[in-house]
Amino acid sequence: MRWVNVRPNRRNTLLLGAVPLLLIVVAYLFASAARHAANPSDKILPTPGAMVEAMRSLLVDTDPLSGHLIFWADTLASLERLGMALGICALSALLVGMVLGVLPAARATFGGLVTTIAVIPPIAILPILFIVLGLGETAKVALIVIGVTPFLIRDLADHVAALPPEQMIKAQTLGASSWQLALRVALPQALPRLIAGLRLSLGPAWVYLISAEAIASDIGLGYRIFLVRRYLSMDIIIPYVAWISLLAILMDLALAQLSRRGFAWAHQASR
Amino acid sequence: MSNLLAFENVWLEYGEKIVLERVDLAIAERSFVSIVGPSGAGKSSFLRLVLGQEAPTQGRILLDGKRLTPECGPDRGVVFQRYSVFPHLTALRNVMFGRECTGAKFTARLFGAARRAAAEEAEAMLIEVGLGDALHLYPAQLSGGMQQRLAIAQALMARPRLLLLDEPFGALDPGIRQDMHRLILRLWREHALTVLMVTHDISEAFGLGTRVLAFDKRRIDPHAPHRFGATAVYDIELTRKTRAASPEIPEEVLRLTESVITNTQDSL
Repeated sequence: MRWVNVRPNRRNTLLLGAVPLLLIVVAYLFASAARHAANPSDKILPTPGAMVEAMRSLLVDTDPLSGHLIFWADTLASLERLGMALGICALSALLVGMVLGVLPAARATFGGLVTTIAVIPPIAILPILFIVLGLGETAKVALIVIGVTPFLIRDLADHVAALPPEQMIKAQTLGASSWQLALRVALPQALPRLIAGLRLSLGPAWVYLISAEAIASDIGLGYRIFLVRRYLSMDIIIPYVAWISLLAILMDLALAQLSRRGFAWAHQASR
Repeated sequence: MSNLLAFENVWLEYGEKIVLERVDLAIAERSFVSIVGPSGAGKSSFLRLVLGQEAPTQGRILLDGKRLTPECGPDRGVVFQRYSVFPHLTALRNVMFGRECTGAKFTARLFGAARRAAAEEAEAMLIEVGLGDALHLYPAQLSGGMQQRLAIAQALMARPRLLLLDEPFGALDPGIRQDMHRLILRLWREHALTVLMVTHDISEAFGLGTRVLAFDKRRIDPHAPHRFGATAVYDIELTRKTRAASPEIPEEVLRLTESVITNTQDSL
């Protein structure tokens, strides 16, 4: 049988997918053990035991300075920023994307502006945000919003504008007004696309969040990583990075599930 | 029978290019007009003009004696070859769509008794086109023929003065196409429709129509082919008797239309 025709079944797909992850873990354990054999106080590749030990105090002990359980307070602060930013992104992208997609005149007027904003590297305007909005939460949320929204708007506007013209004509011959066309034809078909766009934006959103937290913050997952870097605390950095990955995967799965539940029609293969 | 639709010296031009020239036509109420012709002879442009997707460069188009505004409206229903149903609505909701738009200006959704009435009417229409078992299926779950039945039901719910069909059966299998022919003829008779159908299939044009229009260019300038537009070069009334007695196309008519096609292919 040719290799291109070898298709693993569902169980084997899961098993095969786990193999590289396991290999990386095993390789890490070997490397860590080797380094500790040479130097028992090695900090670069901490053993799992050392990570558990370091994380325990962050997970269960109250920080005497702030009165928080640090790990959970960091997680909550970061998720709050991310959630608020993504919510603002989704709403504004939906609003602007719909208007640009449905009304050719609006697209002609504001399309160029959105494209211009989209090509500005968001990190480059982080100093402006800090100067204008101060070092508080607003600047961090604003960075994510500025980084993600233009992409979402362009994606959504393109998608709505590319809906088959036959549908728009048909709706008009059934008596639909511009508003009804937007509400009943364009909007329902834009929503699954918005969710797909949000899923793709999760990666960049985390990058902007951690950048903002690293530069000016006193709490948050990104802040913690950059703080303990000064002490070469790989035993904290590695679990934090793993936790961030896990959160990102869970958010992605939740959005995928939302799309499949809420917009089943968009996930049916057409015949 | 009065004239429903009238074209008075209509020209359609895109810049230098003349697509349609001197189209003078009167379409009687309750007629079934087939429109044939080679590709690029302005069949689709003609349909777009009637639909209101485009305005004529010169001349007038009158519907019920009133000048057409260049915008689609509920007095003209349409079924395209593809994409004329909404993928995010079930068959029933697709057919209810028109009623919901006219019934609720702001939300475009009906509630309570109005909704039940619309749903009942939509269901009756779906049963009439043979989709009684597919009320709650999404278009992606329907075959091509079923999607076209749905598109027809959806268009008929708005009770259009004129039903426009743009190669509606072009993408269907031959067997399914026969079923669809029977369906559209039955609906045309029962709903007293006036139909304009663009098709590539000559036998379909003669089998269904009460009148066949063949579009082509009357004159061709070999150095500037775009400077002459197409028009209805043949306008063939088919008597009811010819159609009923022999669905076969009369020999001379077939030769006529074949020559239309070959002539233009030579010139292309």
